[in-house]
Amino acid sequence: MQTKRTIFPNKLLPYFLLLPQLAVTLIFFIWPALQAVKSSFEREDPFGFRTTFIWFENYTRLFADPNYVNSLSRTAVFAVSVTILSMCVSLLLAVAVNRVLRTNRVYTTLLVWPYAVAPVVVGILWWFIFNPTIGILPYMMRGLGIAWNPRVNGDQAMILVIIAASWKQISYNFLFFVAGLQSVPQSLTEAAAIDGAGPFKRFFTIVLPLLSPTTFFLLIVNINYAMFDTFGIIDATTSGGPNQATNTLVYKVYADGFLGLNIGSSAAQSVILMLIVIALTAIQFRFIERRVQY
Amino acid sequence: MVENRPWLTFFTHLVLIIGVVIVVFPVYLAFIASTHSGGDFLRGLVPLLPGPNAVENYSKMLFEGISTAGAPPLWIMLANSTLIAIIIAIGKIIISLLSAYAIVFFKFPFRLLAFWIIFITLMLPVEVRIIPTFAVVANLGLLNSYLGLTLPLIASATATFLFRQFFLTVPDELMEAARVDGAGPMKFFRDILLPLSRTNIAALFVILFIYGWVQYLWPLLVTTDSRYYTVVMGIKRLAATADAEPQWHLVMAAVVLAMLPPVLVVIFMQRLFVKGLVETEK
Repeated sequence: MQTKRTIFPNKLLPYFLLLPQLAVTLIFFIWPALQAVKSSFEREDPFGFRTTFIWFENYTRLFADPNYVNSLSRTAVFAVSVTILSMCVSLLLAVAVNRVLRTNRVYTTLLVWPYAVAPVVVGILWWFIFNPTIGILPYMMRGLGIAWNPRVNGDQAMILVIIAASWKQISYNFLFFVAGLQSVPQSLTEAAAIDGAGPFKRFFTIVLPLLSPTTFFLLIVNINYAMFDTFGIIDATTSGGPNQATNTLVYKVYADGFLGLNIGSSAAQSVILMLIVIALTAIQFRFIERRVQY
Repeated sequence: MVENRPWLTFFTHLVLIIGVVIVVFPVYLAFIASTHSGGDFLRGLVPLLPGPNAVENYSKMLFEGISTAGAPPLWIMLANSTLIAIIIAIGKIIISLLSAYAIVFFKFPFRLLAFWIIFITLMLPVEVRIIPTFAVVANLGLLNSYLGLTLPLIASATATFLFRQFFLTVPDELMEAARVDGAGPMKFFRDILLPLSRTNIAALFVILFIYGWVQYLWPLLVTTDSRYYTVVMGIKRLAATADAEPQWHLVMAAVVLAMLPPVLVVIFMQRLFVKGLVETEK
């Protein structure tokens, strides 16, 4: 691990400096995480009097539970759709902003603010728009002969949460794509233009490959976002329903643990989620270390 | 680029305008809804032009709240959100500055261990260990308190990571010079390192303020006393009853008020915000 060539020789001071962060981290992160691992191997009787150690039973039960398997695949569909939709839209917008030099500040400002909107507020906004009784989009769709009701139709509920979650994430992806596009050397695209390559050819053969580090980074961040930060969106719109259709992994941890009071199962689900985040973060770190060398 | 392709330029602006419309539309609709009276929704369609009830709706939400939903006046929740966002931002920045300083500028036993204990938190979002964290906070008697609302969110290591990266780029000569001049570690930290990190701190403050403001699940669990409600979680309670009776005009007034502060921060601090965002993620 890196450090400075010259360092201060103090013996005790660094511990004092570290103390606040270590204390908070140990109490509110490490200890609860260990607790989660511990209770994922236990079963608590309904009255909380006795806990028994049951090895991997919580886990084997989970994977035998069609609801959990369903939640896994729903989460995958959700995360992949949100990632693809929000990244494609924001890449298109970023390329467009990058082309218009004079007005790009104005457009950027108009496009980045959803970053600051809380997921649960995003959920309420889109629930309002898609509300089957007063929403404007269902009204228009009725005109087209489509019956829209995300309260009963699982696929429509899924579409609703995907759109809401993507809407929020566009601003974030957009900023990173703009930053990435600005680091593409002008000389390269100019040389290609002189050689007669049109704008589309230049984009696909020069710009897009050079954007691949940004794209990969955003891919991981977006999957992470869709899996963990969308709790508020789902809670405000569908609450996991109808009939489990939008019950993502994070929402299920909350619902099983807090509403269903099934601590062991919820803990096992937490541990699985932690493993997923650790995997995603590890990939991200390796990638970042490589990128630093560029 | 000296090419002139008017069609492509036209198309570019078209794409951007459609993009802006998509991004702005939900909020426009919310604002419009917040200016109507409740009866306007009974006809089954949201109006698309502003109505006359804006002042009435906003002042009702700000100073009275909807008592049937058990929600306090919005100004209390807005004040709570502001306070919590500021505590989280400042708390995170202080503990991160200190620990990053210790990790980069000192050598001591267990340094690597401390580093990993802190950095593993990057991998544990509060959502995945929600029940045991709740148990810890409950055992410490911190439910319904500002400490309970903020401490668990202060701990994560993103800011520490950013400051560590930044400190590593500070030239060694600066510190050598300070030591030759007889400056101790705290003097160096205060007089040289802090002023150098000023823009980083400001950028991070913007990001962390928003991070604190938009928190939802944690305040939802930790607060049962309406005096501690934050605006983002309070809104959900309003919306839950809105479907029963048509009170969408009031909910949307609350939504607009809850969105306004962080969005204004992003718009006015855009330069710092972008800097902070791009740096924290590297």
